[in-house]
Amino acid sequence: MRVMILIKATGDTEAGVMPGKALMDEMGRFNGELVKAGVLLDGEGLHPSSRGARVRFQGKDRTVVDGPFAETKELIAGYWLWQVRSLDEAIEWVKRCPNPTGEWGEAEIRPLLEPEDFGPDLAPGLREQEACLRAQVDARP
Amino acid sequence: MRDPSTGVHRAIDAVWRMESARLVAGLVRLVRDVGLAEELAQDALVAALEQWPGAGIPHNPGAWLMAAAKHRAIDQVRRARMMERKHGEMAREREALEEAAVEMRDAALDDPIGDDLLRLMFIACHPVLAPEARVALTLRLLGGLSTEEIARAFLVPVPTVAQRIVRAKQALAEARAPFEAPRGPEFRARIDSVRGVIYLIFNEGYATTSGADWTRPALCEEALRLGRILAELAPGEAESHGLAALMEIQASRLRARTGPGGEPILLPDQDRGAWDGLLIRRGLAALDRAERLGGVRGPYTLQAAIAACHARARTAGDTDWGRIAELYRELARRAPSPIVELNRAVALGMAHGPAAGLEAVDALRSEPSLQAYHLLPTVRGDLLHKLGRMAEARAEFERAAALTRNGRERTLLLERSAACGIPDRC
Repeated sequence: MRVMILIKATGDTEAGVMPGKALMDEMGRFNGELVKAGVLLDGEGLHPSSRGARVRFQGKDRTVVDGPFAETKELIAGYWLWQVRSLDEAIEWVKRCPNPTGEWGEAEIRPLLEPEDFGPDLAPGLREQEACLRAQVDARP
Repeated sequence: MRDPSTGVHRAIDAVWRMESARLVAGLVRLVRDVGLAEELAQDALVAALEQWPGAGIPHNPGAWLMAAAKHRAIDQVRRARMMERKHGEMAREREALEEAAVEMRDAALDDPIGDDLLRLMFIACHPVLAPEARVALTLRLLGGLSTEEIARAFLVPVPTVAQRIVRAKQALAEARAPFEAPRGPEFRARIDSVRGVIYLIFNEGYATTSGADWTRPALCEEALRLGRILAELAPGEAESHGLAALMEIQASRLRARTGPGGEPILLPDQDRGAWDGLLIRRGLAALDRAERLGGVRGPYTLQAAIAACHARARTAGDTDWGRIAELYRELARRAPSPIVELNRAVALGMAHGPAAGLEAVDALRSEPSLQAYHLLPTVRGDLLHKLGRMAEARAEFERAAALTRNGRERTLLLERSAACGIPDRC
């Protein structure tokens, strides 16, 4: 199964404070372990929300809100994508992750929706739609 | 908060999956016996199951398990030594055991570069073992899968797998298989055997994936994991990166290659939007790594390069068939096989027209190993169909339908054969 690990923001990450060398080294070592265990698929750190924006949907309306956003602990500072054999394995790996700030920190683990999760009902519909499109393309002179 | 009682057991299970390979690998180095190493590791697991629910999961569970297993190993050696004294056995053997006990106390069991793990892969894929024994032992020792899980994945009875594993361990002991990683040409041959086993596991999951059976995709994932690990254990081995690349790219198509009823969807008809972009990027990166290491491109790297041609094409029509035909020619030189030639014929047909493809296929018609292979008449039928030789095409599709053992494929072929009878269908 694949899981996404969401690293929650802190005051520092939101202030754009770059991690120190010691933390970078520790994280590098941890990432190396993940790679050698065949776990790490992808991952990146994110800029603070002050450099981002949100688009709100209300019916047909769209409103753009520029960052920064207030609720720091609900924001995301980085993510990983892992391939693990169970949620418990993901939890064990996260527990081994160096504490990003030395103080408060939180990582959220969320399994990815895989095609199987959509159930057999959705897939055939999509397929039919696609087959129909293809027939139209084929029918062109 | 999670329920602590079930939480601990699930955590132990997860820790076991994560640590068992390294545990067994380190123990094999000490006790030089795969069976004994596995027993010691299992004993450590039992100790964890007894102690962790009460005492909590230790800070470094891997080190805890290794320490527990080591204690048991030392106990075993002591007991064996006492038995020997009683029986007045040979002094030389006793010395060896004492040495082992000292080594066990002193050995730093941390293995930061993963040599132990690589060694364990070499042992599990030893040439004295039959391929199915290598597969079972690899999944058991390196994947941490239980006998039941292996049996379920391969649709084989549990006792069969259990026996396979017991016999494999015996065979290793009888062959006095060395526990050191070989060097030079022997290294090359052995790491090739490891790659072969990993690809075998991958194909077992890939070839029959139906979506209904969860164990099969899990086999693909396990093979991918082992392949990624192997590539990192010996990063200078271009072919290991090639194998990883091949599996990543093939796995990227898993969700596009079967229809809702489980029927196979061939590459040109697949919905490319359903291909997994992340796995493609990872595959292309691994291929790049393999090619940058240079040297002669091996069969996995070449197959990955072919898979990459498909992955890079935005539509089936964009496929660089000329390059694919070239790559098949190189593959045929590196690893000659009639199947590769048949694939090359398909590529030639796509690159230079059906007549060129047919010429290449016809050169294979007398090939004895392809006589019962349904894809030969399938490919021939397809090319004849494109040339408008409908009656011949129809006969080939019928022949192919009679040869295939896959019911869904037979249906597809009979449909194609029937379509040859209606010339104005399109």
